Amino acid sequence: MASGNSANGDGTGFFASVADTADRLAATGYLASTAVATTVFLADRLGKPLLVEGPAGVGKTELAKAVAELGRARLVRLQCYEGIDEARALYEWNHAKQLLRITAGRDEGWDQARTDIFGEEFLLTRPLLTAIRGEEPTVLLIDEMDKADVEVEALLLEVLSDFQVTVPELGTITASRRPFVLLTSNATRELSEALRRRCLFLHLDYPDAELERRIVRLKVPGLDDRLAASLVRVVGALRAMELRKAPSVAETIDWARTLLALGADTLDETVVRDTLGVILKHQDDVRKAAQKLTLA
Amino acid sequence: MTAPGPTDTAARLTGLVRALRGHGLRIGPAETVDAAAVLDVLGFADREQMRAGLAAALLRSDGQRAVFDASFDLFFPLGVGTPEALRTDPPPQPDGEGADGPEPPRFGRPDPLRDQLRERLAAALAADDRAAQARLAGEVIEAFGRYGTGSTPGSDGWSAHQALGRLSPETLLARILAALRENPGREDLSDRVLADEIRRRIRDFRAQVTTEARRRVAELRGAERIAERAVAPTADRIDFLYAGREQLAELRRTVHPLARKLATRLAARRRRAARGQIDLRRTLRRSLSTGGVPLRPAHRLRRPARPELVLLCDVSGSVSGFADFTMLLVRAMSEQFSKVRVFAFVNRTAEITDLLRENSADPARLAARILAEAKVMGYHGNSDYGSALGEFADRHLDAVGPRTCVLVLGDARNNHRDPNLDALRRIAGRARRVFWLNPEQPALWPTGDSAALAYADVVEMHSCRNARRLGELISRLLPV
Repeated sequence: MASGNSANGDGTGFFASVADTADRLAATGYLASTAVATTVFLADRLGKPLLVEGPAGVGKTELAKAVAELGRARLVRLQCYEGIDEARALYEWNHAKQLLRITAGRDEGWDQARTDIFGEEFLLTRPLLTAIRGEEPTVLLIDEMDKADVEVEALLLEVLSDFQVTVPELGTITASRRPFVLLTSNATRELSEALRRRCLFLHLDYPDAELERRIVRLKVPGLDDRLAASLVRVVGALRAMELRKAPSVAETIDWARTLLALGADTLDETVVRDTLGVILKHQDDVRKAAQKLTLA
Repeated sequence: MTAPGPTDTAARLTGLVRALRGHGLRIGPAETVDAAAVLDVLGFADREQMRAGLAAALLRSDGQRAVFDASFDLFFPLGVGTPEALRTDPPPQPDGEGADGPEPPRFGRPDPLRDQLRERLAAALAADDRAAQARLAGEVIEAFGRYGTGSTPGSDGWSAHQALGRLSPETLLARILAALRENPGREDLSDRVLADEIRRRIRDFRAQVTTEARRRVAELRGAERIAERAVAPTADRIDFLYAGREQLAELRRTVHPLARKLATRLAARRRRAARGQIDLRRTLRRSLSTGGVPLRPAHRLRRPARPELVLLCDVSGSVSGFADFTMLLVRAMSEQFSKVRVFAFVNRTAEITDLLRENSADPARLAARILAEAKVMGYHGNSDYGSALGEFADRHLDAVGPRTCVLVLGDARNNHRDPNLDALRRIAGRARRVFWLNPEQPALWPTGDSAALAYADVVEMHSCRNARRLGELISRLLPV
């Protein structure tokens, strides 16, 4: 498992091969396609951050959680939002404590006070610095990168390419052990070239029918196989339509749970008409889909 | 696939990277090195892993995927020559057909090879058996794709079009549906989507055949040349004027992501604008209280109003793809403007804002509905910019005010009629800004019946040939 490998290589060393990656992700309850398993394996082996883009609800965040779980690693999560800044993402000085320190030592000289108040003791580490400084295996999840402002990307560049953070008063802190870094984005904004260049890119799309059937079977074990298959087919057809919000995997699972709770054993008209709201979130879409399935 | 030697791999990889760059993907040497590291780690055992790995290292957005897949198939082909599976295990040949290319059958003559392939294809499609379909794609090209002097062992080329024409997989739809529905089973709603599924499988099969043909041609002509010519461009670089139906559909799918992107760009510009410019007059006035030293600069206040937009679109056949796309884009961005009004014309002008607003409207049929429901044509169906602009200036000029930005969309091909520059001047006189977006390249503006240069004297005209350019123009030109 995560042992020793980081000393000789650049990677985090969670996995031995692509097949191993897929198997162990599956063991944590994350069924991965070839593309996902390959890319995660490469990110692990080459020690590069992984940028995952895709529609909402296809399991981008889940992927990070799964990797953390199987690597017995600590998951450090940085949730991005508009207006997030250095003090929230990287580190901050504990001003109140610094003031206390200054008032406590009234008689000492300036030089001593200065060196003291900018010590480790007064440093508040935020997610990025925490992930860099950790001694144990770490998975750093930078969630919804596209929500953050462009300036934050520049902040990330040093972390992502060299796995180090520069604190002017302390010097540069380099990771003793590289974290597995995963960034997610819903593509509401174009991320800068500089950031993309430092990452491996994975577009996580809706799974194919076979994989989705397996996911439904795994997450909703009580559901009849036949019903699961029909359900996945209908969802697949809905995705092919031009809808305002296509149903994602999360919605498929919700729908499967709903059908199970209702005790439905076939996907007939009444059941679908009553439950279409579970997978489609806009009235227009519901109407369109009903037309398509000729429920009317 | 056998592992190629190190120099061969490097050459293939750089060839792939060059081909991708030719399609407008920005890939630096650092990415190429990453890609090589990927191949080093993954090895050559599993082609799909290689594909996923190289995509992770080289691509930066989802829109580039189609170009990448097609190019990957050329530079890292599945095999050389006849597909390996066919050589080791030749398909059953019906009697009377030689292995070296069947003669084209005359009309009405029974064609056992074709029937047999169709039979197997129907079975593979019904069972959704991807491996069998891939194998069939190879066989189909081998049997029907060859053109030129068929008697020689090599051939002049391979054509997916020809092979698919002989096989016509679309006509299998009814048969597969009938076969699948015969299966005993409960009435299930998912059967209603069956036809769509089969259609999708047939489309995938067509794509497989095309890929296979491209692979065989690349062996004859070299992968570089084929990658340059035969690989379709990314959606945002499709030329509006030459886009086919499929490509227009692909373009429509990019409307919403593009609209979101543009919205954030406009928001960023708005934020920057909000910081504002120095208001010199007020700064000086204020500086009087500090003895003439401008200690506190005063900023010009930003008016919180969002711009109004008027779209004036030529919807005649030649440019309707461009107009459609722009209208959909503007509709998707409507939150960015305080008011959007859309007018369409061929030779008469009609307001179609309401037509566009109905969300239920199927975007694919928008153009047909505009032509059917709005009065955009007089007695003939040819474009007439002069009378259309005149009619707008006479009847709808109240839509244009000092806060309005007017976008005129069209190729300015006026069929040698009067351009009516005066009408355009009247519109420009009332509007805040007027831009003309022309889907033709500037080199064509002075040719034929185009009045583009005359109009360009009156208003700013920009060439706008694809979605990428349209995005640039919208984010740059529109006032915030």
